[in-house]
Amino acid sequence: MTTNDYIILASQGIHARPATVLIRLVKNFKSAVSLKRGDKIVRLNSMLNILSLAIKGGESITVIVEGEDEVEAAQAVGLFFTEQLKEL
Amino acid sequence: MKGIGVSPGISIGKAFVLKKAEAINSGVLLTNEAEISQEITRFDRAVSQAVDDIETIKSATQPSLRDDDLAILDAQIELLTDPQLKADIIEKIVSDRKNSADALIEVIKSFVQLFEGMDDEYMRARSADIKDIGDRILSHLGATVNSSPQNFEPNTIIIAEDISPSETITMDISHVIGFATQAGSKTSHTAIIAKSKSIPAVVGCGDQLGTVMNDEIIILDGVSGLVYINPEQGIIDEYMVKKEAYHQLADKLKALKNQAAVTTDGKKITLSANIAEADDMMEVFEYGGEGVGLFRTELLFMNRDSFPTEDEQFEFYKKVALRSKGAPVIVRTIDIGGDKHLPYFDLPAELNPFLGYRAIRICLDRKELFITQLKAILRASVFGGLKIMFPMISNVQEIRAAKEILAEAKAELLNEGIAFNTDIKAGIMIEIPSAAVMADILAKEVDFFSIGTNDLCQYTLAVDRMNEKVSHLYDPFNPGVLRLISNVIEQGHKNHIHVGMCGEMASDPLATLLLLGMGLDDLSMSATAIPAIKNIIINHSITETKEIYKNVMHMDNSEDIIAYLEGRAQ
Repeated sequence: MTTNDYIILASQGIHARPATVLIRLVKNFKSAVSLKRGDKIVRLNSMLNILSLAIKGGESITVIVEGEDEVEAAQAVGLFFTEQLKEL
Repeated sequence: MKGIGVSPGISIGKAFVLKKAEAINSGVLLTNEAEISQEITRFDRAVSQAVDDIETIKSATQPSLRDDDLAILDAQIELLTDPQLKADIIEKIVSDRKNSADALIEVIKSFVQLFEGMDDEYMRARSADIKDIGDRILSHLGATVNSSPQNFEPNTIIIAEDISPSETITMDISHVIGFATQAGSKTSHTAIIAKSKSIPAVVGCGDQLGTVMNDEIIILDGVSGLVYINPEQGIIDEYMVKKEAYHQLADKLKALKNQAAVTTDGKKITLSANIAEADDMMEVFEYGGEGVGLFRTELLFMNRDSFPTEDEQFEFYKKVALRSKGAPVIVRTIDIGGDKHLPYFDLPAELNPFLGYRAIRICLDRKELFITQLKAILRASVFGGLKIMFPMISNVQEIRAAKEILAEAKAELLNEGIAFNTDIKAGIMIEIPSAAVMADILAKEVDFFSIGTNDLCQYTLAVDRMNEKVSHLYDPFNPGVLRLISNVIEQGHKNHIHVGMCGEMASDPLATLLLLGMGLDDLSMSATAIPAIKNIIINHSITETKEIYKNVMHMDNSEDIIAYLEGRAQ
């Protein structure tokens, strides 16, 4: 299991568009990827669950990855939060 | 009737009322396992048909589909195939023995309620997307009908309770000239689509809009948010004229958005906007603003029961910093007192509130309030180009005291190990005549000046603007006021500090050339005023404005000055 913390760099937070990209990104891996904000954890495969966290810009979240390809998955998700999200 | 204008422009046309069939919960209960597995299969099939619908829309509308529309459709596919949605529905089919349509109606309803209850406006607006995908699946379960027509007659104004995301994309809106909806907000789909297609729209009109019938004449003003149903001929005529004028001006100004505000002889003028909260930032960039010359912080302190905490303030300022994308933002520390009162902060009634206990005077007296705000601004300064501005400065001691408290705030953050921009710039508002007169002295203490013409004018002329008997004396073109403004600019520049203006005068087209002639090169105003001021700047030279300034300074009264400036503006 790998866990990493990120700060949301998009001012609008995780809205529908980045959530879509994120879900599709995670689908490429076998590992289970979850998102933790405060004391709530959701799987990164449900748009409804991700949006219901109402993650805003500047907030910090934790990504938890578990599975056979967790190193690659964690890397890809990390790149999403540190680079791609800014452009969405 | 008045709603929220979300897409500017004026439309006069015929109503088409978009009605939605409401799905009804049948209440049927399943009796055996075979029915249960059949309903689950039906649900899965309906979902895949719904996904096919969206794929068809995608391929049918490409390549004309805009990025934003594509993103909406992709998000809808993710919602349709959402594992949580499916799990909840199967749970209802299996445990509660509901049929698939009833299960779907109930699950969608609870998600819609969840999102409608969120405190984030964007997330609240997403409840429409969830309703939309629910309706789409339902239509494949044979439980509801989608009735939006494909073609509209020319000059149609769509009237609806709300318009769903897929409707806004699939409707042929080539003949649609306006939208008015009962529900909705600035971030609802109707607003986004209408804006992107430059179709005037008003949302949040309320129940009264429900009385409109097909083919009734509607006037819709997307700027003011006004909607008229079957107006008298007089109003129609009036709006015909307004519409024409709006189009002419809009075309001209739209062309200026990305053009720099540079005079014909090459001097760059900075045009910034005045804002009250982060949501205003979108408008700033939309109208070509280059930053924020005045961020009033009072909004956060109003409509509540107690002072906002440092964390709450930090969030508020950070949001602005993030949205400003690195552009400079001047944050004015709180300006309460005068005519602005807080329900939880008891200020005794004063004989002359504008000359009384307000703004920096309160802050220096109630240091704990001031230091909380300064720390919050400092913390937010790592997220954008924030600067700090102190209002209502009348002498040099106030600046020194304020700077001392700022240094204390910085020291506390250093101690707590919290990051901030150590090099943050600090400036003052010039709005009290003494400050304007001794600008040469004050310039040595601060990084920048910003001239607040509203109060400066009121204090210099000893005129209460709210008092109708004397309000005619309120006159920014009074030669006394002009001399003060000119002195501030001259002294600021002599001391190599930045001088801007954030009062109403900055957005007065009559004053622009005169101010440029005085050497001012930074004007901040409400975002919507920027294009008109830019249009003046790019059509004149600094040489010309210097001559105007020289001539105006030889005139002894504002009537002559105004008449002269009007003549030059022609």
